[in-house]
Amino acid sequence: MNAGAISVTTGPPAGTGLAPPGKAGDRAFRLLTWLMAMMVPALLGLVGWTLCKGSALSLQKFGWNFFLHSNWDPVNGDFGALWFIGCTFVSSLLGLLIALPLSLATAVYLTELAPGWVRQPAMSMIEMLAVIPSVVFGLWGIFVMVSWLQEGPYPLLVRYLGYLPFFRGPATGFCVLSGAVVIAIMILPIITSISREVLRAVPNSQREAAYALGATRWEVTRLAVLRYSRRGIFGAALLGLGRALGETMAVMMVVGNSDKISASLLAPGNTLASKIGNEYGETFQGINLSALFELGLMLLLVTVVTNILARLWIGAVGARQHSGI
Amino acid sequence: MNDWHYRWRKVKSSMVSGLCLVCALVVITPLALVLFYLLKAGASSLDPHFFTQLPNPAGEPGGGMANAILGSMTLLGLAGLVGIPVGVLGGIYLSEFGSPRMKWAVGFAADILNGTPSIVWGIVVYALVVLPMQGYSALAGGLALGFMMIPIIIRTTEEMLALVPNSYREEAFALGIAHWRIVLNIVIKTASRGIITGILLAAARVAGEAAPLLFTAFGNNFWNHKLSQPIEALPLQIFTYAISPYDDWHRQAKAGALVLILLVLALNIGVRVMTRGRAPHLAR
Amino acid sequence: MMTHPRTVAAALAIVSLTGCGQEGSEQLLLNGAGATFPYPIYSKWSFEYRKVDPAVSINYQSVGSGGGQKSIEDGTVDFGASDGPMSDEDLAKAPGKILHIPTVAGADVVAYNLPGNPALQLDGPVIAGIFLGKITKWNDAKIASQNPGITLPAMDIGVVHRSDASGTTYIFMDYLSSISQEWETNVGRGTAVKWPAGQGAKGNEGVTEQIKQMPGSIGCVELVYAVQQKLPFARVKNAAGNYVVPTIESVAAALATAKIPDDFRFSMVNPPGEKSYPIAGATWLLVYQKQTNPVKGKKLVEFLKWAETDGQAMAPALNYAPLPEDLTKRVLEKIDSITY
Repeated sequence: MNAGAISVTTGPPAGTGLAPPGKAGDRAFRLLTWLMAMMVPALLGLVGWTLCKGSALSLQKFGWNFFLHSNWDPVNGDFGALWFIGCTFVSSLLGLLIALPLSLATAVYLTELAPGWVRQPAMSMIEMLAVIPSVVFGLWGIFVMVSWLQEGPYPLLVRYLGYLPFFRGPATGFCVLSGAVVIAIMILPIITSISREVLRAVPNSQREAAYALGATRWEVTRLAVLRYSRRGIFGAALLGLGRALGETMAVMMVVGNSDKISASLLAPGNTLASKIGNEYGETFQGINLSALFELGLMLLLVTVVTNILARLWIGAVGARQHSGI
Repeated sequence: MNDWHYRWRKVKSSMVSGLCLVCALVVITPLALVLFYLLKAGASSLDPHFFTQLPNPAGEPGGGMANAILGSMTLLGLAGLVGIPVGVLGGIYLSEFGSPRMKWAVGFAADILNGTPSIVWGIVVYALVVLPMQGYSALAGGLALGFMMIPIIIRTTEEMLALVPNSYREEAFALGIAHWRIVLNIVIKTASRGIITGILLAAARVAGEAAPLLFTAFGNNFWNHKLSQPIEALPLQIFTYAISPYDDWHRQAKAGALVLILLVLALNIGVRVMTRGRAPHLAR
Repeated sequence: MMTHPRTVAAALAIVSLTGCGQEGSEQLLLNGAGATFPYPIYSKWSFEYRKVDPAVSINYQSVGSGGGQKSIEDGTVDFGASDGPMSDEDLAKAPGKILHIPTVAGADVVAYNLPGNPALQLDGPVIAGIFLGKITKWNDAKIASQNPGITLPAMDIGVVHRSDASGTTYIFMDYLSSISQEWETNVGRGTAVKWPAGQGAKGNEGVTEQIKQMPGSIGCVELVYAVQQKLPFARVKNAAGNYVVPTIESVAAALATAKIPDDFRFSMVNPPGEKSYPIAGATWLLVYQKQTNPVKGKKLVEFLKWAETDGQAMAPALNYAPLPEDLTKRVLEKIDSITY
């Protein structure tokens, strides 16, 4: 499955003195595409540098302390990001946990199981979900989603699982869990869409071979299709995770915006992105603004760490690929 | 063959199919709910004025979002000019020429960029373009959105190209075709559906973003005449109206959201119709 | 490669679309960025000024006071707007002298949600006590004693505060710090603070919505939000000992008695005056005294003068208090000092 770098010396027959066809074209093309690919690390450098420059004041003042303690006091100039980092991790990973199985199942349904006429319209509808602006999700979240969660699922969680510190009430509806749910809804289209393309690209020969061996529909999907598409689906999940970590507007409106530490998923919280979004426009220059930039830097770090962890995990899982079903 | 075991496998298969159907319905539900919510509140504001008039000042009902609609289309176009070439060509490099280390590094960088909150892109482009130009502009806004599109497009392009079987490439090489021609005419054509999906996803994503535009495109209560001037966009207008105290503006915000969704849906359908029949038929 | 006729046609269509709307490309665009608080009145001015001078378009966007100050310092806009005056350090950082031009003033109200919508009166120390989390029940003696004739329920007070930074918060903090030593030491003044009690909601609209949905809640929002969304709000005791309803008149009264220095950076919370409403603040436009672009500078000065004269009449309809005559006279003199 690895296209790799196929370098070919399509040499002309010896002695003709002719240049191989398209060699100059090849070089130019390769250079052009290389330049374009290099834009990505360049942009990352730009983003990192902007964040570092902005957080210089804060880095100087707080050092490591910034992400080892939790506080946000603009008047007294004391800032610590620990709580926000925690909320970001929890809401994003939880959101991905909710979205990934749903997306995958939907992609499988739309590729393997659905009647032909349903497929493209259903997919278009899911792609429409991707367009809905974050602010609209936020508004819908406040007026519809949170009210519904408040009336139904949350009281049930408090009643039956309230002995766990994670589900301790009181629940106002504006909480970390609501943030995770809205994130999950927002990353569904991207994961579903890409997974579907990946599943579609699996050659029919794979499926046919499995059927020929007497596999049922599900077994064909599991053995022939999903296994083949592991890498692509993983890429889709990472893209979804990225979106989850950086989502600002919608999360800001349902997460409760509280800086108080609590172990409960049903307590209000604040993610790195939502904190920045809340305060950036109205914060005057100085240590406060610098602390906000440093939150951005923290978010970059969190993204790096989660990506590394995810890649390590998929590496470990991939190693077990041949050890059985 | 153990008949009982075979029947159990069949049952398992049907159960999973049913489960997948349920999941698909669950995925579509929020969309239906949000659309319903927008329609209920916003449909009343969707009259021809909405598409042709400029916004009215506060407290005066009526007016429209014509400048925001045009602005969003302009910004999307500019963003595409930046994001599509860089993303697709970059993805080609990674897939066709890149070493495993390169793939890992650039893919990793792209995933990190994807996790950057959109407001940070606005800050970056502010320093890059707005400050030197001493003013906000549609160009800056388009650039910010274009930057946001790049990580998504480069990743999806790379993934889709990797799924093109190597045999296609090898057969073409055996015929003595130049590498760059192989890539463009054969590999890209095969993966074009997937690549286009990636582009449309990226476009849909940035079409709904307001935060990066706050400090780049800035917003404009009037028509934009030059790309070097501020320009209005639907998400910006929606945001401003949504946080205002006026019920009429709230309704218009929801109407604006509906228009935005329909706009991107039209883009989706338009592009798919235009590119239909170009890629060799995949089975599904 | 992609020279397919359909692609070319689409590209042409998109390009031509961006070309339309070219009429009046001789328009002069004056851009302003800043506070959300005066957005309604500035958008009204922007609309009306087009009729006064069709060659000028005033484009105001509310990105926040902090964003507005940064933009004017960076020179990326023609004027800034801020709900809180710029500090001396920030002024020193600017490449030129920046003038504060006050435009209008508005009130912060204490809105609440109680069964029966009683008309409450509250004084400063009690409001501070509620927001500090010290007074927790509606039928607390301190509240009841100020409201004879109203039976208050034994409900918990649900404090709703802003989760984001804003000028509205700044005015409220300014007020509470002036009348409560405890507030000043423990919480302080700022556009964002560490709130001692209650839950956070985003923006004026968020707080308004939460109060609407939660019986027993109380919060501080701009007057226009409470009026538009029909929330009851309290009469507040001013420095003269009278309970005053927040209205245009009471804000104007507060403005009239406030002490205003030459550079127009002032606070007007808890002012003297029988009819003054104590929780109010002004908003400023920030412009450079030395305008570098003569064409823009001239038009900007004309707009500012219009705003301080004809524009003032439009303020009350949008729930803002216009500036008193003697203040506008001083402001106009200041505007005259702008060179271009």
